[in-house]
Amino acid sequence: MMSVLLWTGVAAIGALAFAMLALANGETVNALWLVVAAVSTYAITYRFYARFIATRVMELNDRRLTPAERHNDGLDYVPTHKWVLFGHHFAAIAGAGPLVGPVLAAQMGYLPGTLWILVGVVIAGAVQDAMILFASTRRDGRSLGEMMRLEMGNTAGLIGMLGILAIVVILLAVLGMVVVKALVGSPWGVFTLLATVPIAILMGVYSRWWRPGKVGEVSVIGFVLLMLALWYGSVVAQDPQWGQWLDLKGETLAIGLIIYGFIAAVLPVWLLLAPRDYLSTFLKIGTIIALAIGIVLVAPPLKMQAVTRFIDGSGPVFAGSLFPFLFITIACGAVSGFHALVSSGTTPKMLERESHIRTIGYGAMLMESFVAIMALIAACVLEPGVYFALNSSPAVIGKTVEEAAQVISSWGFVVTPEMLSQMARDVGEASILSRTGGAPTFAVGMAKILADMIGGQAMMAFWYHFAILFEALFILTTLDAGTRVCRFLIQDLLGTAVPSLGNTQSWGANILATALAVSAWGWFLYQGVTDPFGGINSLWALFGIANQMLAGMALLLATVILVRMKKMRYVWVTAVPACWILIVTLTAGWQKVFSPDPKIGFLSHAEKFAAAIERQEVLAPARSLQQMQQVVFNDRVDAVMALFFIGVVLAMLVYAVRAIIQAHRHPGSTVSESVVVWRAEQAWREEAVWHE
Amino acid sequence: MNNTRLHQITQQGRLLWQRSVETARLMVGVGDYERYREHMLSHHPDVAPMSEAEYFRHCQQSRYPGKDGNIKRCPC
Repeated sequence: MMSVLLWTGVAAIGALAFAMLALANGETVNALWLVVAAVSTYAITYRFYARFIATRVMELNDRRLTPAERHNDGLDYVPTHKWVLFGHHFAAIAGAGPLVGPVLAAQMGYLPGTLWILVGVVIAGAVQDAMILFASTRRDGRSLGEMMRLEMGNTAGLIGMLGILAIVVILLAVLGMVVVKALVGSPWGVFTLLATVPIAILMGVYSRWWRPGKVGEVSVIGFVLLMLALWYGSVVAQDPQWGQWLDLKGETLAIGLIIYGFIAAVLPVWLLLAPRDYLSTFLKIGTIIALAIGIVLVAPPLKMQAVTRFIDGSGPVFAGSLFPFLFITIACGAVSGFHALVSSGTTPKMLERESHIRTIGYGAMLMESFVAIMALIAACVLEPGVYFALNSSPAVIGKTVEEAAQVISSWGFVVTPEMLSQMARDVGEASILSRTGGAPTFAVGMAKILADMIGGQAMMAFWYHFAILFEALFILTTLDAGTRVCRFLIQDLLGTAVPSLGNTQSWGANILATALAVSAWGWFLYQGVTDPFGGINSLWALFGIANQMLAGMALLLATVILVRMKKMRYVWVTAVPACWILIVTLTAGWQKVFSPDPKIGFLSHAEKFAAAIERQEVLAPARSLQQMQQVVFNDRVDAVMALFFIGVVLAMLVYAVRAIIQAHRHPGSTVSESVVVWRAEQAWREEAVWHE
Repeated sequence: MNNTRLHQITQQGRLLWQRSVETARLMVGVGDYERYREHMLSHHPDVAPMSEAEYFRHCQQSRYPGKDGNIKRCPC
């Protein structure tokens, strides 16, 4: 009885919050309403839907021993306390993605983004994470690729791996671009990011030889040094000589990042990657907590409209209308394909009880979604005029504050040149115009919220550069680790042709594969940075399509598994989100390639520029015929990538449907779970026996 | 407040702190050494367990992408 009252109350409060958000009618709404709407949605779905999935769909059983118990080796397979593992899993799925996507999506207003982040996570994102964690737990902690091979055949597994390689390449390029865009003309930011390298190396040496295993100690030392570097960065930026020397162009930063990526990926992990990983992980968790506290204490009003006119697809931040591009753009905060890789990685090998899947698989993703909501809030507490100045390319708003203010005001978002220069001064930068890529917008929003809480206006520049540092640091860690992922995948592929190249111990093969990996993402990065249209425009869409496509593949796998378990009654739990994501990604992919609107379609854009080249005419913002040719070539490569992704997802669909039909015709269950060992029996088997 | 109650509270506080430390370490891929050592001593008494420093290096090495190119953390 109490519980009925309680949940009715939660539902009522949630409904009220949604009403406040949706029926704002031109008045500003407080960001807390958004928080309330989100939290009540999470509470209700976790209580009811996640429980339904855990008890009915998965039929979790705590009497069944988990891989961690059966294979306990004290190293990889270790039964771990529920909340400790929750922390581990959340840290593993939380990345830079949910901070970027929602910021870009804010151009359509706060409402469309909020709705998809909440609906998406409840029906797709959290379901995917939990289902894959469940599937992997029942299969001795096998990886996504292995499970695809196991359930849908070898070819499907291979196609899946190729798809993952291509996605990682695009992802690294787009993340590299986020860093480049945030650091162009920002000596302060460049200095602090450069300072992280010697700090990390010092930490690495410290924990290798002086005090191995003292993670807390070395992290505190690193953090203090990092804050000193951050403070000293403002001094360096003021210095006439150093300031000028660190005032870099996009091209220089891109090349620097590519060289850095190569060197970092061939160094031993303990020297640079691991210690920087400590800093970025703890800084990320700390920042998320600080931002959550800041939003609740400051309770900032949302300046952005609920729904802007740009839902028709004419927006300056990304091209394309609400369907399908909003869903592609938000990506990670609602559903992220990469989580399927994480959920079939270390977490299933440490699960203490099956019932923990509900908290760790479903619950951690709800938390990730809340991070996306906070990023959306950070973008929407800015004056819309400032938001559009930050996120539109110079091709649209020009290069001076006067031009920008005029163009943006003509869209109906009133802003003055003074406001734009004042904001730049506040955050300690020369200009805030066209700082695309999401990170600077998030940083300005966060700086605004945190400065309201601690330090006021005087601290705003510090908080801005803190946020930039935190994102850039995180992304550098990812570039390093991601390059290594590509390297091993490439060595795997090369090894099938020339066995000596597959030897991961060989320095020659190692360097060759790393060079190939770096040049792959480096090419897309450089192309994006030199793109007169800003690059984020085309690359983020490609990444979004790829990432959502991976999620579609994971949900298809989950659907195949449910059919094989003969759980036809509950197939909709994964089949509905899988279908929706396939519709979204295929439509978006198709439009990106074939749309006749040159703002959206890669091919029609290439066509337009090729036709102009024929006429010896230079179209703005390109400045030479050579640049024009570059645009045409890039467009065609992007189109090929998009087609490749479409091909991969269609192939996976065919294999999934085939597996579903086969399993459906079979009279009994055809699931390939590892053998069941019940807790009471205390039976102990070293190796699982597989039955088809 | 009597002594046992106070004792209980400090016990709980200590447990909470231990769990938090364990969580933070596991977030960066470093597991619990004591648990590993206990496991080795009870299940494989004939094998010498790694030292704490060796164990730490093992954790570092296995956290990052290895042979099969597996992704252990979401890059986005």
